[in-house]
Amino acid sequence: MREHVAALELLGCATVRVRRPEELAACDALVLPGGESTTMARLAHTFGLLEPLRAAVAGGLPTLGTCAGMILLAERVLDGVEGQETIGGIDMTVRRNAFGRQVASFEGPVTMSGLDEPVHGVFIRAPWVEEVGPGVEVLARVDHGEAAGRIVAVREGHLMATSFHPEVGGDSRVHQLFVDLVRPRSRVE
Amino acid sequence: MTQTPQQPATDQPTTGTDRVKRGMAEMLKGGVIMDVVTAEQARIAEDAGAVAVMALERVPADIRAQGGVSRASDPDMIDSIIDSVSIPVMAKARIGHFVEAQVLQSLGVDYVDESEVLTPADYANHIDKWQFDVPFVCGATNLGEALRRITEGAAMIRSKGEAGTGDVSNAVTHMRTILGEIRRLSALSKDELYVAAKELQAPYDLVAEVAERGSLPVVLFTAGGIATPADAAMMMQLGADGVFVGSGIFKSGNPAQRAEAIVKATTFHDDPAMVAKVSRGLGEAMVGLNVDEIPAPHRLSERGW
Repeated sequence: MREHVAALELLGCATVRVRRPEELAACDALVLPGGESTTMARLAHTFGLLEPLRAAVAGGLPTLGTCAGMILLAERVLDGVEGQETIGGIDMTVRRNAFGRQVASFEGPVTMSGLDEPVHGVFIRAPWVEEVGPGVEVLARVDHGEAAGRIVAVREGHLMATSFHPEVGGDSRVHQLFVDLVRPRSRVE
Repeated sequence: MTQTPQQPATDQPTTGTDRVKRGMAEMLKGGVIMDVVTAEQARIAEDAGAVAVMALERVPADIRAQGGVSRASDPDMIDSIIDSVSIPVMAKARIGHFVEAQVLQSLGVDYVDESEVLTPADYANHIDKWQFDVPFVCGATNLGEALRRITEGAAMIRSKGEAGTGDVSNAVTHMRTILGEIRRLSALSKDELYVAAKELQAPYDLVAEVAERGSLPVVLFTAGGIATPADAAMMMQLGADGVFVGSGIFKSGNPAQRAEAIVKATTFHDDPAMVAKVSRGLGEAMVGLNVDEIPAPHRLSERGW
């Protein structure tokens, strides 16, 4: 989360931590960071944040989900826990821990549409996108190895999601793509 | 800016880098990691909102009560816990026992805790953790100890506390010591850092990095003696990035409810009304043991150096 804040502040955005519905209401855009998707969804549910999040995302709040945040934006989750809830919004099926356990976590270049040079993707117990609906734009796929071709970044309207952590490593270009989505919708410039 | 993590030299995907090891711990920040000894306990922990579980054969309170040599867990037991939950699974290896760590890595454990709770296997050397793809967490009672573990390749630090007691006082002492020493470093002038490095018995570059950033280059959790939601919230307010709870949950009267309460208190650690709310009606906390009453040779936090 600290790195997301750093990347966004570098781009001139003000940031707040959202743990309560009233904090959410004050935002022009939202980042759902990495973490444990099961824990995040459970806490959001327990503290009455899940429904406001669903309403806000469905109502057009620009949202970037990274890693666990990608899972939260998925309409459908594979390999989740029983009854795992999501916020939804992107018409996609995401497979949790798709690349394997921590020893299989990796970093490497990711070619992303809209960017000239590859971004450096850090994949930590990362999910991938198993399939997307017709309205979803695929922004990146895995280049190399066994998982080559798997979808790891997507956009649907005001929502964007990556399997990897674009916030790690001081490159804010993915955040820039997201901010470009937000700016036209922002209440204040 | 961290100095230690290096960009992989190749364009090919690379596993086991500092960034993925340290980044894994970053993803656990703000969360609770719970000791579990069975698959059923692991499921209770996951349902309660734990961000990871620590698989071990006996919780520290039982290790303390039963005595004897305490070792890494049976692979069957670790497998059964890995199979039963989808959150990360950590497991403990003895200090210096690099083969136990190799075994845990081969089982697919997500993090290895080189832990003073088990009986040390080597009283001189810790494990050379750079040799592994699996990341390590290590305990520390002060900044010098934390930096020596990071030098050996630890990707996450936890303050030691005194495991298996339900007495939070040592966790407080260790967390205050580590963070206080970091604050002191940050106030030193550049030419004073050489002596500071000597006193901390840690490499100068790492000491200078900590002084500049005002924090460790890895995540700092707390552990040892946390038994109540208020204990967890206090450790978070003191500056911990997250909480390990060992015996405190499954040695209490109502583990599922206490586990959930500790998770909530950790998340809302700065909201006393919330901590009060989740602290209601939890039943018996684990039976406590005052650290002062434990003879010094039996204090686990004094293992490791």
